[in-house]
Amino acid sequence: MQTSNEPIITVRGLACAYGETPVLTGVSFDVAHGEVFVVIGRSGCGKSTLLKHMIGLIKPVDGSITLAGRDIVLAEGEERLEILKGIGVMYQGGALFGSMTVAQNVGLPLEEYTSLPEEAIEAVSRVKLAFVGLERFGDVMPSELSGGMVKRAAIARAMALDPAILFLDEPSAGLDPVTSAELDRVIRSLAETLGITFVIVSHELPSILSIADRVILLDDKARGIVAEGDPRDMHANSTDPRVRRFFDREARVPSAPMPTEAAPNTQEARP
Amino acid sequence: MKHAVSASIPSPARQALSLEEAAPGGLVLRLLGDLNAATVAGIWAPAMAAARRPGLSSLAVEIADAAYIDGSGLALLVSMQSEARRQGAQVSLTGLPERYAPLLALAEKSVSDAAPQEADGPRHAAFGERELRQLFAETRLLVSFIGECSLVVYTSLRHPKTVRWADVLRSALAVGVESLPILLLIGFLMGLIMSFQSVITLERFGGEIYVPNMLGLVMFREMGPLVTAILLAARSGSAFAAEIGTMRVNEELDALTTMGISPVRFLVGPRILSSLAVVPLMTLFFNFASLIGGALVMVSIGFPLVTFTSRVFANVHHAELFGSFFKIMIFSLLVAGVSCLRGLRTGGGASAVGRSTTAAVVSGLILITVADGLFAVLFYYFKI
Repeated sequence: MQTSNEPIITVRGLACAYGETPVLTGVSFDVAHGEVFVVIGRSGCGKSTLLKHMIGLIKPVDGSITLAGRDIVLAEGEERLEILKGIGVMYQGGALFGSMTVAQNVGLPLEEYTSLPEEAIEAVSRVKLAFVGLERFGDVMPSELSGGMVKRAAIARAMALDPAILFLDEPSAGLDPVTSAELDRVIRSLAETLGITFVIVSHELPSILSIADRVILLDDKARGIVAEGDPRDMHANSTDPRVRRFFDREARVPSAPMPTEAAPNTQEARP
Repeated sequence: MKHAVSASIPSPARQALSLEEAAPGGLVLRLLGDLNAATVAGIWAPAMAAARRPGLSSLAVEIADAAYIDGSGLALLVSMQSEARRQGAQVSLTGLPERYAPLLALAEKSVSDAAPQEADGPRHAAFGERELRQLFAETRLLVSFIGECSLVVYTSLRHPKTVRWADVLRSALAVGVESLPILLLIGFLMGLIMSFQSVITLERFGGEIYVPNMLGLVMFREMGPLVTAILLAARSGSAFAAEIGTMRVNEELDALTTMGISPVRFLVGPRILSSLAVVPLMTLFFNFASLIGGALVMVSIGFPLVTFTSRVFANVHHAELFGSFFKIMIFSLLVAGVSCLRGLRTGGGASAVGRSTTAAVVSGLILITVADGLFAVLFYYFKI
């Protein structure tokens, strides 16, 4: 798919904190049009915090975040609303509205921001649900869905307005391998056919290796990015201990010996 | 490109949609340009009307100059095709950019397998039968809950060590101490308003001297326990239902059960015990505040304070005090019990917690009122 040369997301010098405690400092990266960009790292490194800053839920201590040419940190009022209409977010727990059916959840952004008739909104909702394999569950309440189905419905809702950028917070967490693989195919298909840019927070290595065009690895000690690039290349070739610790831990199988804490170039105990 | 425009299509849609009669009963529907939410909104109605045309034998959809097709466009295509097929028409689609073919295939699932999921159990029970079954189930649950609560209270009294006293104290703090400001304010205002209104009426007959007597009797016998119980239901009953309801939604109650801990003993017991412990004092504080309000009115119309204090308890005897004490204990048991029960019965989702909270307050108020009526009759017959 032909994409623009300018990045669709630009983050420069981002600094985030919880109260007085710094979480991330000096984070800078770009995301290209139509790219599947994955933020990886161990728990507590600031992945979800970074995501929340990028979608405008939290104001950073310092730095700028530009989505499709507009600065979400500084934007207010109508301008901010326009930015938000151009993105979709899938939260870690789904965050579906419990008082509406699944189809009504998906149709809510369409009701608010389009002039499509009711019949069209219902049809579009069902199409979005079909994209995630939930075409038969439109009339069901969210409380009646399993955890994995809630996430899929949440992705359908995030796609309701066909946004240019979709942010997904741990989409594969809680899904069985078959459903996870199906979801990966949907993500790739949407990226390739509709040119949607994906920013995904994940630590599911099979998914990451399957769908990510590029990843950044965050580290809590460094409070920033310690590696950036093709995840397959990182997995195969990186010698950075922080990268190895992430990829080797995620790839560990039950019969394999536990990796040692020593860096790869240190020697075993001398005789 | 040749356009054969149907006269029924409104002007703005003419730019994006055109219809041409084909073979007898057939239609060629041309969609020009991108298909997104904005363009589809204008052509949805005429496009669907075309697909639903009675006697349609074939529908050929031709897409042209569509660089971008979003979910709305895909929904339009599959909906038109589905409606046409429903009438037995032959359907064809040309001009769709190849990259949208996988998405169209996915979108077609939204109309082919769109039967809603059936809930468990039969849906065709008669109207009255369903309500009766529900009422029977609710009554059974209520009886079972009353039994379980009674057992918890009895066990607590016999084996105080089994009680989570820290939780009881924490609950007592929230139910009693933190409600004092509102209790005193409402008590003061009620005493003031009742005395004031009574003075206005009775001074026509020179009977304002009896206002302190009336205030003491009414407050200690009736209004004190009743209004305290209403405040308990509104403030603490709703909190009990919301707390326990949220725990139900977060599966914390399931966690207790799988640990072998009874949610009734762990959650309901401390709340009932704390309510029973603090409501007599709450009632006294309420009554006291109302007497201050009444005293203010009497002093303001020229009566000395000593007149008020000597007359206010003239008609309040042990029977009134113990009767009101007994009433408020029963009221608090009903309010705390039904609130906790509503919390335990919460369904799924945030809206269910809201419903439980509302039901807790409403049920509490109804039970208080019914019980108060029964007490009135009972006290009359026992000449209390």
